[in-house]
Order: sequence, then structure tokens, then C-alpha cells
Amino acid sequence: MKLTLRVWRQKNANSPGAMATYDVDGISTDMSFLEMLDTLNEELILKGEEPVAFDHDCREGICGACSLVINGDAHGPERTTTCQLHMRSFSDGDTIDVEPWRASAFPVVKDLVVDRSAFDRIIQAGGYISVPTGAAPEAHATPVPKPDADFAFEHAECIGCGACVAACPNGSAMLFTSAKINHLNVLPQGAPERETRVLDMVGQMDDEGFGGCTLTGECATACPKGIPLPSIAAMNKEWLRATRKAKKVGR
Amino acid sequence: MASSVDDMALATRTDKRPSMTRTLWDSTVGKKTVMAVSGLIMLSYLVVHMMGNLKIFFGAGQFNAYAHWLRTIGEPFLHYEWALWLIRVVLVAAVVGHAVSAYQLSRRDIKARPSGYVHKRARASYATRTMRWGGIILALFIVWHILDLTTGTVHSGFRPGHPYQNVVDTFSTWYGNVIYIVAMAALALHIQHGFWSAAQTLGVGNATRDRVLKTLANVLAVVLFAGFVSVPVAVMTEVVS
Repeated sequence: MKLTLRVWRQKNANSPGAMATYDVDGISTDMSFLEMLDTLNEELILKGEEPVAFDHDCREGICGACSLVINGDAHGPERTTTCQLHMRSFSDGDTIDVEPWRASAFPVVKDLVVDRSAFDRIIQAGGYISVPTGAAPEAHATPVPKPDADFAFEHAECIGCGACVAACPNGSAMLFTSAKINHLNVLPQGAPERETRVLDMVGQMDDEGFGGCTLTGECATACPKGIPLPSIAAMNKEWLRATRKAKKVGR
Repeated sequence: MASSVDDMALATRTDKRPSMTRTLWDSTVGKKTVMAVSGLIMLSYLVVHMMGNLKIFFGAGQFNAYAHWLRTIGEPFLHYEWALWLIRVVLVAAVVGHAVSAYQLSRRDIKARPSGYVHKRARASYATRTMRWGGIILALFIVWHILDLTTGTVHSGFRPGHPYQNVVDTFSTWYGNVIYIVAMAALALHIQHGFWSAAQTLGVGNATRDRVLKTLANVLAVVLFAGFVSVPVAVMTEVVS
């Protein structure tokens, strides 16, 4: 396959960026999108040019490191991560636009790499359970009803890639935050911090400068892990419940 | 708060949680709650308003008598027009709460996404994308609507206490019909996305109820549009004159 790529190039966080056009040849339909970018980078290095910087790690669709908005879609046209997107989803001669996640809470570090540490700080605000560590407890010591376990697992699938923020016209992190809150709040292990978790994580989300939710549904459409849109309603319910109890909860 | 880890954390932290009102107003989720509740107040008012409007099909006598009754609700316990003013105060509070929250949230949303994508594509449904402009259109319409049919300021030949004649008057002008019908179309779109969104914001929405809520939003939008627009259409076709 022969392709024309238009890639966002930006030297660093402080310099302005622009789209640059590159032609790549000899692309196999079995290559992943990232392998196609590796091919481009090899050529750029041989020519003595600066390779395109992009985030990637496991390349198995489970770590959440890869990003990229491809032709206006977070993670491209298929419902998967960019590393699991294959070039067979494109046709010979296509022009493909590759851009970084866009949100003021995700500043561009270089080219296609953005700083997603705002997500880490949301997790630090309450995306954990406080337990005295030691030997692993007996798995059946705390019974969890099957529907609750399924609900928790559905939300635990979130890999924190940030596609929801990238797809949202408001740069909102509601789907990510709701996935993390719902995952723990439904389980007995998460119950002691149920109220503080949702109040603190939503508070941190707002502090990071993410936008609000207008229920456009773009996040759930873009999510490679299929976190459903009703997760946001479930989080809102938890938040309103915690707000009513805020006095008793304390800090 | 049973674990010893938490007790330690509690002992070392002295800052208290702010009040419920403060928490609501300072949070994006809270401001959306204000929007949802105020929106639902306005929506329930509109349903009653629309049903009252339909009395126009029973003739001038019934319609004007209904308009007069609105001023005497609650008498003799309430004074003349008190109930009406009570409703007006609640509605103004709802409009202000809705508009201020919408303005602040929109400012925040635009700031959160300063640069768009080079590769453009249409995002979300038409009703969703037009919430902000639709809301502005509705706010301007409400101002005109009150000046036209409540105070009569912009209505030449306005007759206080004769709403039937005033309504026929307004809808006998081409601009009166255009303004009204455009505003009702904006209203229908606003309700279609707004009602369902309010349910999500208030935490009522879930996967099983989604279809019911979406259908209810569509039904409300269509019924309100048809009910309100039937009046200018009836005047234009001289069913009401």
C-alpha cells in the first residue's frame, strides 16, 4: 500500500505545531497502525530527519499507552486501540490525518505525545481502596453478587487511554472518572470510601480543567473497551448520594 | 470509616467538607444538577401552559375566562394574582439558575478544548449540537413573548384582559407566526436532548431505562411542538378568529 500521511508535528510544549505531509510506501495490510508509523520513522531517521514521536507500550491493546486521533476518530475507524488497528482498515492511496489528543488538560509534549498525568491525579484522589496489606485474603471471604461483579468488571476494563477526553467536544473526563468510580463503589471492598471516593475524584477531575458533560455520547462511541454511556449516569447518582451525606462523611 | 488507616488520615486532616450548596455549585456535576432540576421545572410549566393554550379552540369566552381564573387561583386564601406571581417567581429563579449554569459550564467546556482537530467531522446529534444556540433563541423568544402577550409593550392595539383577541392579533402577522414557530422548533429540539440528559444527570438513567427515557423525550418534544404550534396554525387557517 502507498499512503499519504498528514501528521501533527510540534517540537515541544511551547512551540506552535502544524500538520506535515509524508508519503509512505510498501505498507502491508497486516501491519498495525503503529508499525506503519515505525516504517515512516525508519525512513525519516535514514534521511536524517527527526522521527515522529508517539506513545506506545504493550501493543496488545491492554495498557492504554497508545493514542492518536486518526481521521478525526480517537484510535481510528475501528473500535479498538491504535496498536490493534490494522492497515487493512485503509485503502491504497488514502490520505490519513494523524493528530494528538486535544484537551487543555492533556497538553502536547511533542508531536503526537500528550501529558495524561491528569488521569493519574484523578486516580490518586480516590481510585483505590485502603487496606492493611499482607498475605492475599481468601478469595471467598467477601461474597460479591454476580451482577455486581459483572458491573465492576465492565468498568475495570478501562485502560485510561484518554480516548473519551479526545472524542468529547468539551474535553470532558466523565467517562474515565465514572469507570474508575463505578468499578470500586459497587464492590464491598470499596464501600468504606464510597462517598469520599466519588466526591474527591470528581473534584480532582474539575480541578484538572476537564470540561463538563453534555451527554453527546462521543466518549462511549470512541472507547476501545466499550465503557457504556450509562456509566456517567451511575456516577452522577453516586455523586448526588455522597453530596447528601457529605456532612456525615467528613474527610 | 472503620479501618485504622482512615482514622489516621482523619486525625491528620483538619480541613472540612464545604456545605452541600457549595459542593453543588462548585462542581460541574452539581451545576448540571441545577440545570436538570430547573429544566424540569420549566418543562412541567410548559406542559400546563400548552394544555391551557388549547382552550382557545373552545372560543373566546372560555379562553378569556380561563385566563381570568389563572389570576384567582387560591382565593380567598391567596390574594388576587398571588398564585400567578408565585409561579412567576419560581419560573424566573429556574430561568436564571438554568442560564447562569449553562453560561458557566459552556465557558468551561470551550476552555477545556481550545484547539479543535484539523480533520473535522460532525459530532453528536443535531439536537445535542444546537443546545447552546437553541437556548439563546429560546431566551430571546421568552422576552418577546412576554412583551407581546403579557405586558403588550411591543403589541400595538393590545387589550389587557382579552387574551383571545391578542393571540389572534399576534398570529395574524407573518412575523408573529415565524418567530413563534421557529422558537417552538428550537424548544422541541432542546427538550429532546434536554429531558434525556436531565435524567442522566440526576442518575435516573441506566441501560434498561434508556429506551423508555429516549421515547419519553421524543414524545414530550413532539406533543409540546404540536400543541403550541396548533394555535398559530389555527389562526392562519381561520379555524380560530
